[in-house]
Amino acid sequence: MPVILEHLGKRFGDGAPVLDDVNANINQGEFVALLGASGCGKSTLLNIIAGLEAPTSGALEVPSDGAAFMFQDAALFPWLTARENIELALKLRGVGKAERRIKAQELLELVHLGTAGDKRPHELSGGMRQRVSLARSLAQDRQLLLMDEPFAALDAITRDLLHDELERIWKETGRTIVFVTHNVREAVRLGQRVLLLSSRPGRVVQEWAVTEEHRTDAGLAGQLTGVITARLREEIRRHAK
Amino acid sequence: MPSNPSPLAEVTETREHVHAALTRTSTGKEDLRELESGLDSLQSDADRKHRIDWSRILLPVAALVVMVLIWQFYVSLGVKRRDLVPGPLDVVAQMGVLWSDGKFQQSIWTSLQRGVVGFLISVAIATPVGLLLAQVAPLRRAFGPLISGLQVLPSVAWVPAAIIWFGLTDATVYFVVFMGAIPSIINGLISGVDQIPPQYRRVGTVLGASRLQMALQVILPAALPGYLSGLKQGWAFSWRSLMAAEIIAVGGTIGFGLGSLLDQGRVLSDMTIVMAAILLILGVGILIEPAGLRAHRKATPAPPRPPGRQHPLTRPVQSQTHRKSPTAAVGLLPLPAANA
Ligand SMILES: Nc1ncnc2c1ncn2[C@@H]1O[C@H](COP(=O)(O)OP(=O)(O)OP(=O)(O)O)[C@@H](O)[C@H]1O
Ligand SMILES: [Mg+2]
Repeated sequence: MPVILEHLGKRFGDGAPVLDDVNANINQGEFVALLGASGCGKSTLLNIIAGLEAPTSGALEVPSDGAAFMFQDAALFPWLTARENIELALKLRGVGKAERRIKAQELLELVHLGTAGDKRPHELSGGMRQRVSLARSLAQDRQLLLMDEPFAALDAITRDLLHDELERIWKETGRTIVFVTHNVREAVRLGQRVLLLSSRPGRVVQEWAVTEEHRTDAGLAGQLTGVITARLREEIRRHAK
Repeated sequence: MPSNPSPLAEVTETREHVHAALTRTSTGKEDLRELESGLDSLQSDADRKHRIDWSRILLPVAALVVMVLIWQFYVSLGVKRRDLVPGPLDVVAQMGVLWSDGKFQQSIWTSLQRGVVGFLISVAIATPVGLLLAQVAPLRRAFGPLISGLQVLPSVAWVPAAIIWFGLTDATVYFVVFMGAIPSIINGLISGVDQIPPQYRRVGTVLGASRLQMALQVILPAALPGYLSGLKQGWAFSWRSLMAAEIIAVGGTIGFGLGSLLDQGRVLSDMTIVMAAILLILGVGILIEPAGLRAHRKATPAPPRPPGRQHPLTRPVQSQTHRKSPTAAVGLLPLPAANA
């Protein structure tokens, strides 16, 4: 099991705990959507899994080679072309020069950007930048891929397409993906499992399985979306004064 | 698992491919590729051709011609004595005389050479100092205000001190150039490093960069726009300081530069020489500037569009990226008059 979280807690300074007693297991090759209201600690949890931050209590088990990470804004380096951005990830991994070229082109083609490799990020649309960013995180070649609201800043049309794209790539590459979002539809659309994180403190309060039927049956998917939304609102209402 | 009666039950009966955001919206890999490439071409405007915009060149040239014509017209009215207000033709004739004297070439060569050498030495001094200040917080707290302050001080104010210390030698001229250029280059570099979005460092970390790799592959290129605009401004300040020093400090072993030519015109009360020198100083400044600007444009990436929502961890610092870009800051700096 690539990721095991046990009684994980996190507080910043002496503030109230942001995360408290988070328990979750994520299986090899699984696509897990981590859902929660704004500010509930989703990014914090993801950063802890990525090793960018340390938990204040509890224990976690993550793959020894770390995780690939994809940010909300593509966070591509503007002085490099799309291809060079991907090649940089390969280079920092120690891949040789000749192999970098080949591998980068493969990855560009995987995200359907085979001909846009020589463009700078500012010449690309938001959706294209996110696909380059996805290719870059795949270039890291880690089994575990963490995604922090990667499509939140995109328009709805592009986002719908990237959902299909991400699902396809996930199936082709067999990665384990933890996908953070505050969008219930997105969680249902993508996750095999949706984990709901409560707010203040953040804790996994409920989880739902999403089956293949939900992928093709809008009625079923809509129903599940409704159920999850209701539960999420219940969580939010708890904080009303 | 959900068990409520579905409010969308009727919808399920008309099953089609497209079900909004809830389900798969494309029908396969080929369909997806086609949709994406359609969207890509709709959303990116990269295919716009970069044609030369002639109006950008022709209009300023026309404006210049009009100015010269007005000048000539005014002179031909004969309101003022011709030796006090020479016309454009008189000035051009004077340039011809200076050229055949060899003063034209000599003064340009002397000034240009000093300007460039002084500027390059300033770069060599300012770059490591700037990097040090950018990286070491206490040093920066201590010296930052001082260096920003120095930028406001017109470097011509150093001329008397320099003459007392170094006499009428090249050292005086160089000293004044350094005092003009070094602070602005340091400031440019510091603001370049400051403006690096914190996200870039995080990406570097996630990609597994070592400290050295982080410095060379991330920090340095990311700070380049600010550094280059500092260099550009540094050159402008070098040139202005140089002229000021040459006008004030004349004689001794100080060679004959454009500033000296200007001062000679004043001493001889020859307005044609004065005007010729001013035009030459301007001309050299204009010719050197675009060279720097081109390099600057090429290396400067477009400022990243601010993301719709920001990463909470970086929120407090990231607001910095919304400050004026270094390029914009240069436009707002004190005008030449403040320095020379
Ligand atoms: N470095 C930090 N220092 C102090 N508090 C922090 C820090 N990082 C996050 N927090 C706080 O922790 C809480 C959770 O933040 P986090 O970024 O994990 O939320 P999130 O669920 O990702 O929110 P969003 O949906 O806005 O991205 C917030 O209240 C935030 O203010
Ligand atoms: Mg977040």
